[in-house]
Amino acid sequence: MSGSVIIEARGIVNRFGPQVVHDGLDMDVREGEVFGIVGGSGSGKSVLLRTILGLQRPASGSVNIYGRNINSLSEEEMRDVKRGYGVTFQHGALFTSLNVRQNVQLPMTEFFDLDEETLNGLADMKLVMVGLGAQVGDKFPAQLSGGMIKRAALARALALDPKLLFLDEPTAGLDPIAAAGFDELLIDLQRNLELTVVMVTHDLDTIFRTCNRVGVIVDRRMIVDTVEGIVSNKHPWIRQYFHGPRARAVAQVKADDHGT
Amino acid sequence: MFLDSNFDRGGLTLHVHGRWLIENLAAIEAELAKVDVERARTLTIDASQLEELDLSGGWALHQRVELLRERGIKVDWKPTPPAQVKFIAGAIERAREQAAHTQDDEGLDLAQPVRALGRWAVAMAATLRAGLGFLGRICVVLAGALLSLRRLRLAGVARHVYETGVMAIPIVSLIAFLISVIIAYMGADQLRQFGAEIFVVDLVTIGVLRELGVLLTAIIVAGRSGSAFAAEIGVMKLDEEVDALVAIGTNPVEVLVVPRILGLVIALPLLTVIADAVGLVGGGILCYFLVDIPPAQYIDRVQQAIAPTTFWVGIIKAPVFAFLIAFIGTARGMQVRDSSRELGRLTTVAVVQSIFLVILADALFAVVFLELDI
Repeated sequence: MSGSVIIEARGIVNRFGPQVVHDGLDMDVREGEVFGIVGGSGSGKSVLLRTILGLQRPASGSVNIYGRNINSLSEEEMRDVKRGYGVTFQHGALFTSLNVRQNVQLPMTEFFDLDEETLNGLADMKLVMVGLGAQVGDKFPAQLSGGMIKRAALARALALDPKLLFLDEPTAGLDPIAAAGFDELLIDLQRNLELTVVMVTHDLDTIFRTCNRVGVIVDRRMIVDTVEGIVSNKHPWIRQYFHGPRARAVAQVKADDHGT
Repeated sequence: MFLDSNFDRGGLTLHVHGRWLIENLAAIEAELAKVDVERARTLTIDASQLEELDLSGGWALHQRVELLRERGIKVDWKPTPPAQVKFIAGAIERAREQAAHTQDDEGLDLAQPVRALGRWAVAMAATLRAGLGFLGRICVVLAGALLSLRRLRLAGVARHVYETGVMAIPIVSLIAFLISVIIAYMGADQLRQFGAEIFVVDLVTIGVLRELGVLLTAIIVAGRSGSAFAAEIGVMKLDEEVDALVAIGTNPVEVLVVPRILGLVIALPLLTVIADAVGLVGGGILCYFLVDIPPAQYIDRVQQAIAPTTFWVGIIKAPVFAFLIAFIGTARGMQVRDSSRELGRLTTVAVVQSIFLVILADALFAVVFLELDI
């Protein structure tokens, strides 16, 4: 897990009025890893993700994706960068007026000129890949359960076969079984497709199960380490996060599992 | 560019090479389609020269292979299938196992049109029923308000009077002014031929007060506020805010619908008064400049032209129109479900339907007033 650095954020400053969210935040993501972004509510996890995606311009600092500074690119060049990654949003953000198949096809039709049959075949393949049957393609987002929405959103994010995937709270709102299923799916896809994954998450299970490295946003900066390293970090907030009652429960269950 | 094929005694060998990526997929598909597989009995795919392969390219390859397998052609990979193809094959295999016991066929049949007609009839009946039910719920809330004034949500009513009434004054005034100018102008042109220019005043006064003032105001308000009602309530439905209101224990009809209806029922007659006044002023100004009727004579003539009922015949329609507009707007908003497209569709329906109903009601009023001889 020591691939080259593909995302490089340097000295990110974000502020809303007088409130400073990030103050000189640095972050590196290496090729082929699963990188988890963790932080308290209001610490600016989603803002950081939006900054990296170019949805929000930072007050200062730079973001490089594949060596290109996204804040100095033309619209055309930015489109090219966007082609190279897939994003899922916290609530799925599927287009409610399109059915699931059309949702998955949207990026394809936007970028390439493919015939109907190929588009349908590709979309069905993507749906099957994320564990939804091809018959789900005819349904509309409102007819899907929470877990299915997350999977359909993942299928759309993977529509253009990106090597880089951004996930915003992929397991939030799912029951533990569905969340574990999503974790498994993510690990499976990440290995087979050699993906680099950046995810914002609150789910300790997901962190322990899927992440190679974790970046914690504390004091408006980021502390990055391996999962083991971050668990033994001395920072009070990080200690509390990974050693609070919930974290202990997760660790306990894990220990029991290993015991049997 | 992406593949070469050679044929050797019934054995077809496919050498795939280059970059099999989604951006080249259209070209790849075209090349695949050109390969002649008619006489082939076995197929060997040599993937050792592939530069790059993504899932979409892998899918194209996998599709082709499956198609040939179904024809009874034996397919071999050299050296082995790429990881992407294996992954796709695995995923499709797993899905097939899952789907094996959930198959249902829907064939063509002749009863289809009849069934569609039946469904349409049932849907229409359901819509009508839902509309009646909605009206009933509004009546229940209004009846309840007789017992407790608090249920009227006067703050909400005031807000809607402001938004649908006060905010609409400039546009309503402008339109009333322009329309009376148009009538006076057209009328003066015709009446001058008979030397009866003075009757322009009658034309403007009766036209604006009885019909045009209230009708145009209602149509503007339907476009302005009817759509806003449908859209506001529709978004609240989509975001489950309406469900939240129900869960909290409030009645969404009481909180969202009745204040809007009452607000508009209050605002539209007031707007109509303003439209009438501005219309008369507009007529007066045009009469002064076009047919040289001085303001004093104009006012005098207006007083002669109007019967005691003229003003009220117009204004009495306003609350009815207001109710129709607000009822359709809120009812359509409440029907929004599931998708943003539905929101747009129902907002459009709300505006079209309320304008249609306003004009229909106006026609009915005209007949009734004619029969009553007022």
